[in-house]
Amino acid sequence: MNTVAEKKPRLTTSAMIASIAGEGQRVKAAPFGKALVELAANRPDIVGMTADLAKYTDLHLFAQAYPERFYQMGMAEQLLMGAAGGMAKEGLIPFATTYAVFGTRRAYDFIHQVIAEENLNVKMCLALPGLTTGYGPSHQATEDIAMMRGIPGLTIVDPCDALDIEQAVPQMAAHNGPVYMRLLRGNVPLVLDEYDYSFELGKAKRLVDGDEVLIISSGFMTMRALEVAKALQADNIGVAVLHCPTIKPLDEVTILAEVLRKPRLLVVAENHSVVGGLGEAVASCLLQNGVAPARFRLAGLPDAYLDAGALPTLHDRYGISSEALSMRIKGWLG
Amino acid sequence: MTSAADKLPALARCAHRIRRYALRMGEVQGQGYIGQALGWADVLAVAYGHALNLQPQNPQWEGRDRFLLSHGHYAIAHYAALIEAGVIPQDELETYGSDDSRLPMSGMATYTPGMEISGGSLGQGLIIGVGMALGLKQKQNPAFVYNSMSDGELDEGSTWEAAMSAAHHQLDNLICLVDINNQQADGPSSKVLGFEPLADKWAAFGWHVQRIDGNDLAAVLAAFETARHLKEAKPRVILLNTLMGKGVPFLETRDKNHFIRVDPPEWQQALAILDQNAPEGAAA
Repeated sequence: MNTVAEKKPRLTTSAMIASIAGEGQRVKAAPFGKALVELAANRPDIVGMTADLAKYTDLHLFAQAYPERFYQMGMAEQLLMGAAGGMAKEGLIPFATTYAVFGTRRAYDFIHQVIAEENLNVKMCLALPGLTTGYGPSHQATEDIAMMRGIPGLTIVDPCDALDIEQAVPQMAAHNGPVYMRLLRGNVPLVLDEYDYSFELGKAKRLVDGDEVLIISSGFMTMRALEVAKALQADNIGVAVLHCPTIKPLDEVTILAEVLRKPRLLVVAENHSVVGGLGEAVASCLLQNGVAPARFRLAGLPDAYLDAGALPTLHDRYGISSEALSMRIKGWLG
Repeated sequence: MTSAADKLPALARCAHRIRRYALRMGEVQGQGYIGQALGWADVLAVAYGHALNLQPQNPQWEGRDRFLLSHGHYAIAHYAALIEAGVIPQDELETYGSDDSRLPMSGMATYTPGMEISGGSLGQGLIIGVGMALGLKQKQNPAFVYNSMSDGELDEGSTWEAAMSAAHHQLDNLICLVDINNQQADGPSSKVLGFEPLADKWAAFGWHVQRIDGNDLAAVLAAFETARHLKEAKPRVILLNTLMGKGVPFLETRDKNHFIRVDPPEWQQALAILDQNAPEGAAA
């Protein structure tokens, strides 16, 4: 795919839940856990539930603050989701956590039938989205958005950084219906406070403008896109970035307007398989509305079982590091 | 002072009417899980005629006992019980399984008053029941959660996730009712995936267990009373051996399978046989 990885020293796989923050990058610790603790202070209807992964999803902070509202469900994801549905039927608002691979793949029918079919107020906050661990496909949720997009009425949020997460938590609680958030935990990069930006559920927002390339992105790929925009400035290549943290429902109005504004190479960058994610959602939106960008490319993960290894190596290998994404975009520009 | 046993004649009449309503719905559709409905009618009679704390005109009343139909295909029986309880008007049974009816073939919470969950994806009810029982305790609401399920659902791992969890959380407000009619889609449940010794399994999971004849009204009534009034901080399960087609001998003895075949004239014949053996004063 590219040769970035081959020039670098061989790294070793870091801990499963290593931070995705780069060296020296500004971070915030446990933004989800802290935001939930703050919100729950005035919301006695909020409960926390986990499947043996409280510490690894930052829900332990909620458990410490509100032990009487914290439910340890054991390593049983069907139970986690189905019981969260039962809790919601009783008027409570459960924030349910585990890893995204387990929450989506193992408990899909319970999310589909128990939670979403009745539009229940369950907020699923599932960690290790996409390629955020080097532990291989058992822990890499590279098709979670594809699965979850197929569920009617389910809102899907893919936050970029700590600011997105902090602002998303109260909006998720206020939203009437089920929400899936791809959770970044631990030391989470803080990026978006440098821009004139605030998270609004259901809204895509342009962070920077440029004339040659438009990157539509979600999750931490927006952070990468912003890095790419800066890097390509040196080559006089203008890159606009439209951050689209709500995958479903998709902000089609903003996406169409942004694509129509200038003829540019459109790149959809996502920390997810190219099958069934933001890229295909954007493509469908454009085609159905008869809007054609100058060119269209998907910068997502390949439709494959990904390798185990060190995250920087893997991000280079699969084209989602800043360096690799810059090279791909330059290649597409020709 | 009246004891629960004094209610037995009334419950026998209630069970008779539930069987009649179910047969009439089956006749409307020309099909339905009538074998299960006839087999489960005595349990539903005790639930809806005695045990459940309900306000029929207000199915969402906060203080109600929750009755979850995990085996959604038993909806024909559950609708009959909801008619008997006064939640659904009797004339609505004519719409069973028809387009735009509130009474679809498989039970769905969003369609029918009094239908607490959308069952049918088997093995979900007990898990939802765990969540509701935890939620009720969180709200300090003393209502009970009943989960009605089939023996086929014992195959599902989720049932046992729920069983472990209910005991772990000491859910003494959760009562599970298992219909052991020993029939599932591919044949006798014991041949599809053996589940015995079943009482020992539930006991080992930390539950209070009773195993009884689910077509013996007095035994069913006594088991419900025990389950409700037990002081142990444990979830309770009642394992009920039932006979598919109970009350209609030519259906009781028909080659058993998951879906009992009934020919068009047989619906009226079945109703006639039921009525011949009706308890006194049981007219629907």
